[in-house]
Amino acid sequence: MTSATSRSAKADPESGTQGGATQPSATPQNGQQSRPKPAPPAGAPVRVTGAQSLVRSLESVGAEVVFGIPGGTILPAYDPLLDSTKVRHILVRHEQGAGHAATGYAQATGKVGVCMATSGPGATNLVTPLADAHMDSIPVVAITGQQSRALIGTDAFQEADICGITLPVTKHNYLVTDPVDIPRVIAEAFHLASTGRPGPVLVDIPKDVLQENTSFSWPPERQLPGYRPTMRPHGKQVREAAGLIAKSNRPVLYVGGGVLKADAAEQLRELAELTGIPVVTTLMARGAFPDSHPLHLGMPGMHGSVAAVAAMQRADLILALGARFDDRVTGQLSSFAPEAAIVHADIDPAEISKNRKADVPIVGDCQEIITELIAAVHAAGERPSLETWWSLLSNWRDTFPLGYDWPADGALSPQFVIERIGKLAGPAAVYAAGVGQHQMWAAQFVRYENPRSWVNSGGLGTMGFAVPAAMGAQFGQPDKEVWAIDGDGCFQMTNQELATCAIEGAPIKVAVINNGNLGMVRQWQNLFYSERYSQTDLGTHAHRIPDFALLAEALGCVGLRCETKDEVDDVIRRAREVTDRPVVIDFVVGKDAQVWPMVAAGTGNDEIMAARGIRPLFDEDEAEGPETEGIRPDAATLVDQDDTNDTKSAEDGGIAHD
Amino acid sequence: MTRHTLSVLVEDKPGVLARVAGLFSRRGFNIESLAVGPTENESVSRMTIVVAVEELPLEQVTKQLNKLINVIKIVELDPDTSVQRELLLVKVRADATVRSQVLETVQLFRAKVVDVSPEAVTVEATGTADKLGALLRMLEPYGIREIVQSGMVAVGRGARSITATATR
Repeated sequence: MTSATSRSAKADPESGTQGGATQPSATPQNGQQSRPKPAPPAGAPVRVTGAQSLVRSLESVGAEVVFGIPGGTILPAYDPLLDSTKVRHILVRHEQGAGHAATGYAQATGKVGVCMATSGPGATNLVTPLADAHMDSIPVVAITGQQSRALIGTDAFQEADICGITLPVTKHNYLVTDPVDIPRVIAEAFHLASTGRPGPVLVDIPKDVLQENTSFSWPPERQLPGYRPTMRPHGKQVREAAGLIAKSNRPVLYVGGGVLKADAAEQLRELAELTGIPVVTTLMARGAFPDSHPLHLGMPGMHGSVAAVAAMQRADLILALGARFDDRVTGQLSSFAPEAAIVHADIDPAEISKNRKADVPIVGDCQEIITELIAAVHAAGERPSLETWWSLLSNWRDTFPLGYDWPADGALSPQFVIERIGKLAGPAAVYAAGVGQHQMWAAQFVRYENPRSWVNSGGLGTMGFAVPAAMGAQFGQPDKEVWAIDGDGCFQMTNQELATCAIEGAPIKVAVINNGNLGMVRQWQNLFYSERYSQTDLGTHAHRIPDFALLAEALGCVGLRCETKDEVDDVIRRAREVTDRPVVIDFVVGKDAQVWPMVAAGTGNDEIMAARGIRPLFDEDEAEGPETEGIRPDAATLVDQDDTNDTKSAEDGGIAHD
Repeated sequence: MTRHTLSVLVEDKPGVLARVAGLFSRRGFNIESLAVGPTENESVSRMTIVVAVEELPLEQVTKQLNKLINVIKIVELDPDTSVQRELLLVKVRADATVRSQVLETVQLFRAKVVDVSPEAVTVEATGTADKLGALLRMLEPYGIREIVQSGMVAVGRGARSITATATR
């Protein structure tokens, strides 16, 4: 990529400067003479239509990709969009695809994802992705057309009160009633979406506002008197946290998605290695801490590793960083981590003490908090002595590693398939998942080493997320290999976006983990509904309807199928060789595989079952405590090991410190 | 459960009331009373919201309210250090035979008559919820035809202003 291409020019949404101006070695700002439509000097208003103002605002704020579908009321905006050289529009097949693509783009890049739709049904089709982005705090801006001002409230054609509808599922939303407000509202929307606790912002613009003549100037002045997110943590709280660390015997770093959003993975690693405290990463935080790292215990929660769940249950100090004590992590709240003092660090004060009361609340940006915490730990001098704790943890980790049995009927193991994809595509790839069994296996059996390599729908649990999100991730990271690990149920909800991928050039790889069933629901029916399988058989095995390989071909992709263990590596290799179009692999797997470990909904984490009928913590209580003969290497040794033994620990499942 | 009075300064923008009211119902909190009106700053409105919640959920309410972009500031007003008032208009049956007794009651409560007809009088009263309740109990025997009552408004005692620092 040469620096001369104006496409690649990236604007800083914070400073509000225009794309070209931020390039250090760009030619002098005389481009104004050569270009047909000169960019005005900052601040000087020019006469434009509302639609032109919108497109100029998007360009100025640094939007590079917009996912959307035009329609009646948003039509005026699509006209100037045709001429934009900075904003690329991706024409999707369904607005839900546009919304999830914007989310995938944002999760893979850290930038704001943008989607666009017309009024009425176009806008309501965005509701699910907006709710999804809201639950997972993803920076997304949605722009919707609206009926003309005079028609609002008259039940006009394709009118829907999208601001009212999305009120509970957006961080904020706007109905623009004066075209002169467009630059300010767009600037505010991007600012709100990307700062503080990120989230989706919707901007609804009536058609006549887009058509009316107005003036455009940039940068506009933001008017947000009620919005002042706290970035710097309170020094006293940080010192108190450091004091608790020094005194603790069984501390755990409970890492959530906030660490990724704050780009604090590096700082987290420094803190962990400095103190030797074990790390657990939630579903939203996979990749925030390397899976190969000896201090990593894996994912906590309903389908977390025994070591991660047990560590939190037995902890005397939990340091929650950008995590929100979700019910899928805590299990029954009243029996969660009964002996732990809680340090809760989050940028959103409303998360602190919402579910579990915090002993030390710290409000601020995770990167700043961890940086100051590192300094405070250094200043405190003392380090916790964790030999006994690590011998316990190692015991759990060695006794109950993540694993799976090969299906009794000889069918292909879904976990094996996902594990091989992770191995062959490696940690440099980006992995998106839908929701269900395949999602949990993708969280468990792909080894994540890098931030932003895991794209998924955590809070809302949106089936059908994978394909459009992978598409968005691919447009955000064109040089990376992007895999969608999907289920056959999920895939049938949103696979039409493969046509978008094929035509617009997003060569994603889709692994359909096809067990012919709504697998997670079936697992619950197996465990909790006396094996009465009501409405979970999709018939994809019995009838091969649809034939996923043929469907893929019809959508302009390469369609592959794999039904035996021997073919797995080869088919993955063949898929990876295709770079000019998307690939779909129909992995026909056994329907009886289950996700373990598991904490049944509504029960306490002490009830975790490593596999059917095996309750490690319950058994341990019966046996009156495990022996404590193991040795935990001190933090310095761990650092060395990490540097030298990375590959070994990755192969051994991260159990490399003995 | 205890009652709490929240003074909420918000941007005077369309939809703000819906955002605030929606937040309460969505998070499962019940609004006992709500009053909105202008302030000395024309871009700022002030809501007085009375909620009955325990201490910890109250903290959650105020934190969630603070997250609304249009909310500028929230102050909880203590009944002991603030003036709290509601406005009541009540139409009481009062023909010539009992009118003087009704008027006597009205005077006792330092309320006033704002409309008279041969059959009824309309009484205007301001005060705390307790005082207005007492007035209504006294008027009830005569026959109450119609009641309309405002939400509570409240302001802290003393010279300090909660709007001074919030709205510059």
